[in-house]
Amino acid sequence: MGEMLDIAFISGLIGATMRMATPIIFATLGEILAERSGVLNLGIEGIMLMGAMTGFLITFTSGSIWFGVLAAAFVGSLLGLLMALLAVNLGLSQHVSGLGITLFATGLAMFIYRLHFGSPTVPPIIQPFKQIALPVLSKIPLIGPGLFTQYSLTYIAWMLIPVMSILLYKTKIGLKIRTVGENPVVADTVGVNVTLTRTLCLVAGGALMGVGGSFLTLAHQNMFLIDVIGGRGWVAIAMVIFGNWDPLKGTFGALIFGFLDGLQLRLQGMGIAISFHVFLMIPYLLTIVALIGVSRKAAVPASLLKPYRREEKGG
Amino acid sequence: MIGFRIVKREPLPGWAKVVIPIAAIIVTLILSAIPILIAGGHLWKSYYYLFYGALGTRFNLLETFVKASPLLLTGLAVAFAFRAKFWNIGAEGQLLAGALTATALGVSLGGVPQPLVLPIVIIAGFVAGGIWASIPALLKTKLKVDDVVSTLLLNYVMIHIMGALLFGPLQQPGSSWPRSSAIIKAASYPILLVRSRFHMGILLSFLAVFVIWFINKKTTFGYQSKAVGVNVRAAHFGGINTTAVILWTALISGGLAGLAGVGELCAIQYRLIMDISPGYGYSGIVIAMLGNLHPVGVLFSSLFFSVIIVGAQTMSRMTGVPTYIAEVIQGMALMVMLIFLLFTEYRIRVVRK
Repeated sequence: MGEMLDIAFISGLIGATMRMATPIIFATLGEILAERSGVLNLGIEGIMLMGAMTGFLITFTSGSIWFGVLAAAFVGSLLGLLMALLAVNLGLSQHVSGLGITLFATGLAMFIYRLHFGSPTVPPIIQPFKQIALPVLSKIPLIGPGLFTQYSLTYIAWMLIPVMSILLYKTKIGLKIRTVGENPVVADTVGVNVTLTRTLCLVAGGALMGVGGSFLTLAHQNMFLIDVIGGRGWVAIAMVIFGNWDPLKGTFGALIFGFLDGLQLRLQGMGIAISFHVFLMIPYLLTIVALIGVSRKAAVPASLLKPYRREEKGG
Repeated sequence: MIGFRIVKREPLPGWAKVVIPIAAIIVTLILSAIPILIAGGHLWKSYYYLFYGALGTRFNLLETFVKASPLLLTGLAVAFAFRAKFWNIGAEGQLLAGALTATALGVSLGGVPQPLVLPIVIIAGFVAGGIWASIPALLKTKLKVDDVVSTLLLNYVMIHIMGALLFGPLQQPGSSWPRSSAIIKAASYPILLVRSRFHMGILLSFLAVFVIWFINKKTTFGYQSKAVGVNVRAAHFGGINTTAVILWTALISGGLAGLAGVGELCAIQYRLIMDISPGYGYSGIVIAMLGNLHPVGVLFSSLFFSVIIVGAQTMSRMTGVPTYIAEVIQGMALMVMLIFLLFTEYRIRVVRK
């Protein structure tokens, strides 16, 4: 009997790790795309919240959950475009522009939600995503049920990891993006449109962040709460640094965070006498510890945080 | 084909530094019409109640000062840190550290001579905020950990420390809610004006404006702190101990945010609750930027935001526009200010290709 429980526990933990890593994977990939092109997007937390709210609202009103996901991606890309306008076209401080977008998007998400739903005593709910058990694979003992009984968005997140890796390292587009992030002057000289490249990366990255946020209201939960993101955007920023701006390593970090998040939920459920707040703290604390480990040898894209203006080069 | 280029311009005269934030505020208020109209609010009625709610009666006006106090302190905290390019996004956590410390002392200092209690609480709250801010400063200077990320993450760590304590040692005996016992009378800020909540902490925050202005303009440390912000390498080669300067900057910055937490606890709530701060630490970032990182600018921008936040309550009651419009306006104000600041340094030139 004890062994049975252990197997159920491990299998459940694997499943929770995969689930809780999903929004972080989306957000981390979106942020890597932006930062590889040379723009730190601190709007991430707000973009995820707008994605979570929009996905929920559109699913609630249209009844189609995939329509909700698309709307979240669309809103995310719009906010990415706004970030591009401020930080790329106008060349404003990336730190401050990003934080501005987070504050603006956070207020906007709450404002629109209240506008539509008022202040109900019982929060409205939607019919969330169902987990899909992959045939054969989900029957593998121990790891199968956890790894291969997941939401479609989780599978999509996992497929996006190699896609992003190949895009960045094996394609011409990826080479352009990395050159723009490392040395925009060189990129400009060989005819790459620096502004356009950065804008597109922010737009696509914003879409990924929006979808990551929507996972939390469409799959993980079935309602929108104000603190639904709970700092996951900032964790994604940390994961980009932890993963040295590499999609695979960044995802590894997201998995560790997902594992801790899942473990925390499970330990809470077991009624251990320590406050659940102690468990909630652990993922954030360990993220900081992880950053300490990698920060000294971090390979930051050389032109990150630097706006690019041709005029300043005398052109 | 006609295109636009952004080119550097000559430095603007001093008056522009005053005119530009005011212009940014006016543009923001005009842009606020968009969310008001979307929410179906009557435009002039909404603006009227926004300002009436904040300034229309003696009580409302004093409430605006009450609300401005924590915003002013977190705004100063962020401005002082940003000036040295210490990206302290953690004022929220530092505020909570101050409130938490004030609570711990405020419920337990019953045996201490009464006049000593409040000074102890205030100093301890300041130090707690400062220490919480010095962690990311140490991580930045010694281990090269990005300060934006570490200060942000530490906010969440502090929220959960507070939660653990409010469900544990600090929980009010017999209560099942995450809240502390009430602090003793000697630990609460004196109320200075009858029939209002105008408390001593408001004066402390005004005093802080002067102190920060004095440090910035009249002390060597203020000069060094700015030099580190302008160019940390040059400051280092110029003989400034940059590590120490960043650390002290963080201590003062976090301390100011800690004071905001003390004020909210000892003059408004009198007991610690989970939502003691509705995001004052984050609003402080906008306020610092809108105030151009200058203490006097921060004073005016915190008053402006206080008007918006207090007024939005009345506006919401009278017109049905959700109170979250205050947050939307804050976000818009920051972006408008950023764009305006850009045009103090650059101008747009029309070019023919």
